[in-house]
Amino acid sequence: MKRNTIGFILVVSLVIFSSFSFGQDLLIKNGTILTVTKGTVPKGDILIIKGIIKQIGENIKAPRGVKIIDASGKYVIPGIIDSHTHIALTGTNESAEAITAEVKMRDVLNAEDRSIYTAISGGVTMVHTMHGSGNPIGGENIVIKTKWGKTSEEMIVHDAYRTLKFALGENPKRSNSRTIGTPRYPQSRMGVNAIIRREFLKAKNYMEQWDRYLKAKKSKKSAKNLIAPRKDLRMEQLADMLRGKMIARCHSYRADETLEFIKLSKEFGFKIACFEHVSEAFKIAKELAEEKIGISVFLDNWAYKVEASEGIAYSASYCTKKGVLVSLNSDSGERIRRLFNDAAKAMKYGRLSEEEALKLVTINPAIQLGVEKIAGSLEVGKHGDIAIFNEHPLIAYTHCEKTIIEGEVYFDRTQYLKEREEMEKRKKEEEKKKEKKGGKK
Amino acid sequence: MTKRTFVFAVILIICASFCLSQEKSPSVIAIRGANIIPVVGEDITEGTILIKAGLIEAVGKNIDIPEGAKIIKAEGLFAYPGMIDSSCYLGLQEIGSIRATVDYRETGRFNPQAKTVEALRPDSMHIPIARSNGITTALAAPSGGLISGQSGLIRLVGWTPEEMIIKSSVAMHIQFPSLPRLRRRRETQPREEASKQIQELKEILKQARYYQKRKDVAKKNLGLRLPEFDEKLEFLLPVVNGELPVMISVHAEKDIKAAIKFVKEEKLKAIFYGVTEGWKVAEDIKKSGIPVVFSSLNSVPPKWEDGYDAFYRNPGVLAKAGVKFAFSSGSASLAKDLPYHAAKAAAFGLDKKEALKGVTIYPAQIFGVDKMMGSLEKGKVANIVLADGDMLELRTNIKHVFIDGKEVDISSIYTELLEKFKKR
Repeated sequence: MKRNTIGFILVVSLVIFSSFSFGQDLLIKNGTILTVTKGTVPKGDILIIKGIIKQIGENIKAPRGVKIIDASGKYVIPGIIDSHTHIALTGTNESAEAITAEVKMRDVLNAEDRSIYTAISGGVTMVHTMHGSGNPIGGENIVIKTKWGKTSEEMIVHDAYRTLKFALGENPKRSNSRTIGTPRYPQSRMGVNAIIRREFLKAKNYMEQWDRYLKAKKSKKSAKNLIAPRKDLRMEQLADMLRGKMIARCHSYRADETLEFIKLSKEFGFKIACFEHVSEAFKIAKELAEEKIGISVFLDNWAYKVEASEGIAYSASYCTKKGVLVSLNSDSGERIRRLFNDAAKAMKYGRLSEEEALKLVTINPAIQLGVEKIAGSLEVGKHGDIAIFNEHPLIAYTHCEKTIIEGEVYFDRTQYLKEREEMEKRKKEEEKKKEKKGGKK
Repeated sequence: MTKRTFVFAVILIICASFCLSQEKSPSVIAIRGANIIPVVGEDITEGTILIKAGLIEAVGKNIDIPEGAKIIKAEGLFAYPGMIDSSCYLGLQEIGSIRATVDYRETGRFNPQAKTVEALRPDSMHIPIARSNGITTALAAPSGGLISGQSGLIRLVGWTPEEMIIKSSVAMHIQFPSLPRLRRRRETQPREEASKQIQELKEILKQARYYQKRKDVAKKNLGLRLPEFDEKLEFLLPVVNGELPVMISVHAEKDIKAAIKFVKEEKLKAIFYGVTEGWKVAEDIKKSGIPVVFSSLNSVPPKWEDGYDAFYRNPGVLAKAGVKFAFSSGSASLAKDLPYHAAKAAAFGLDKKEALKGVTIYPAQIFGVDKMMGSLEKGKVANIVLADGDMLELRTNIKHVFIDGKEVDISSIYTELLEKFKKR
């Protein structure tokens, strides 16, 4: 009995402890630290306590029991953030209807998606994983940390903005997919714009119905047979957009459609966090800068469809110089592991500085996701989300050595190589055994 | 003719001849003060390269620049041989999703008659972009079916296809059957059992040999009938006669082994393409003597147990085993990224110098044009790139590109659109 109760208490306290504790302790020593926002420490240490960066400097002594990583000769940068991807999901597009704002990516998180591992192998610690671009209004996206091996619930970043996916152009009008039966409305850019307007007008009407109902209910002269309006999850989402509780992330390619969407946002008063892909951003850098709307783009992936055929590689750096908040995204479970290569290309196409280039995959996406207070740079008080590279991350010959989230190591190349070697050894031994057996026969 | 018109005509003639003489390129171009990476031979700091009649006249440290030579001041720049993309769709595709612009793929399973150089679009917007990143030569390759057609080697400059062609037929491309296949976006062929398809390949080659024999015999004896004309067999004759190599697209370990066996049995001259699981059978490939052209390294290995970096380290492993290799982009819009595939391999174990060879001298050797290009050596065609840094490095900018001794335009739709909207 006693043993059982002690055991039970132990288990319960362990569960409570593990669910309340945040992150781990870690000291990274003697690395070249590229903080992104506070310059470079040529040879310095970073102390992480309970997942939070406590100290950055030289010759920091490890408190007792704190694990130490020697980063001599290596480069330490903030964990890379992918502002637009579709990894760790069991579905991306709800394409049966054109408007599906009620769909939530949070409901289809897949913690076992191997793309999460691919992401950490390239130093990525946080992603904005999104609804697809098949619908003018898609679903609600979610920001997660790439904690490979943890549950999806543990990955969710609660500090991030709530964002809703919008899409313009070829994808929502389905011009690159085969149509079976009656084509889905909309089929043109006119229709795409009109259907978004229609839904916001509907949402406004819905909100008014509720306001009227609530007012009527409050008033003393209220009718006895007052009936509440029907709760509509789709409209609730759009109402949240209009209430400013959620912001738009809009997939667009062409300059014109992008400007039209900005007009729509003004018509209804909702906020746009960011345009996605927006191949022709360089054509409207002025407007984007004036409206303070960011862009999340490919550095040079282009010409895969007509609306992407003027997506020049100079756009990211050109827009940066014009004052637009630019991030580089992967939109892929593969490109996600080489976003630092794309950042380096921004130095070639448009001559961004090393720091400006690194910002494209760290602090800039953090600002776009509303998590700049916890991530995106190496500063005291931010989460210990870190990537360590063997050479400067903007050098073509570099590779990621370690990826750390909240002080915990999630990717370790040295460990990976060790395990691989052991596996190969075992394989060879097995083969030898087989050969011996075969020989006896 | 009045006096006035006569004078006018004379002035016109003088002007015209003056203009013409201005347009003529000087007989010698001297690239002065560059750090020269000839790829074959030692690097030269602050050396000179002389170009005459399209060829490299001299490379070295203390070279006298002849009087009247056009001097390219290359102090602080790095001189490399132009890169060779060993398999791409340059000139064969503009926009991926628009079928009207895609010309590297035929319908049907056997298309030995299809030649990429006959579909080449010299004005493709992707060519100047690749060229401005230091790529001067490319293998325009077909795809699809079992036998896709013939690839051609092209120079990345020219107003007509004819001006671009270096070698109109370099290899017959075969998509080696495999099951299960790598995930492909557009799989047009039904998946038949691999061994059955290999038999089909062997059968058509056998028929081609028989077709040749009947032709030979008929030649000697007028009384015998010629074989009925057969397009497929006709265009396979150079392959079975050992004149045209086959480029076999093959990926998985088992398939590579089967492909080596196939090449041996059919006595073919072969180049492998893809070979993403080559590291598992490096010794077998080495023994076969078959060179390898790697496909794009930017893919996640389909087999989890191979490790996340399987495609990245593959070139390093094969190089160590002694396999001859080259890199390729496998693309049109991203052909410009060829150097970064080589650099990525170098980030995962391949020697940096070997990586550079994989985009210069090795492909030249594989395609049998190494006497002509692939390095900066006397007598070779002057395909020269002047870069402000390591040519394989992401941030490096290319300053001058020479193809066949002529400086080429390095503007592109990228720079044109940028300049246009800068005016806004």
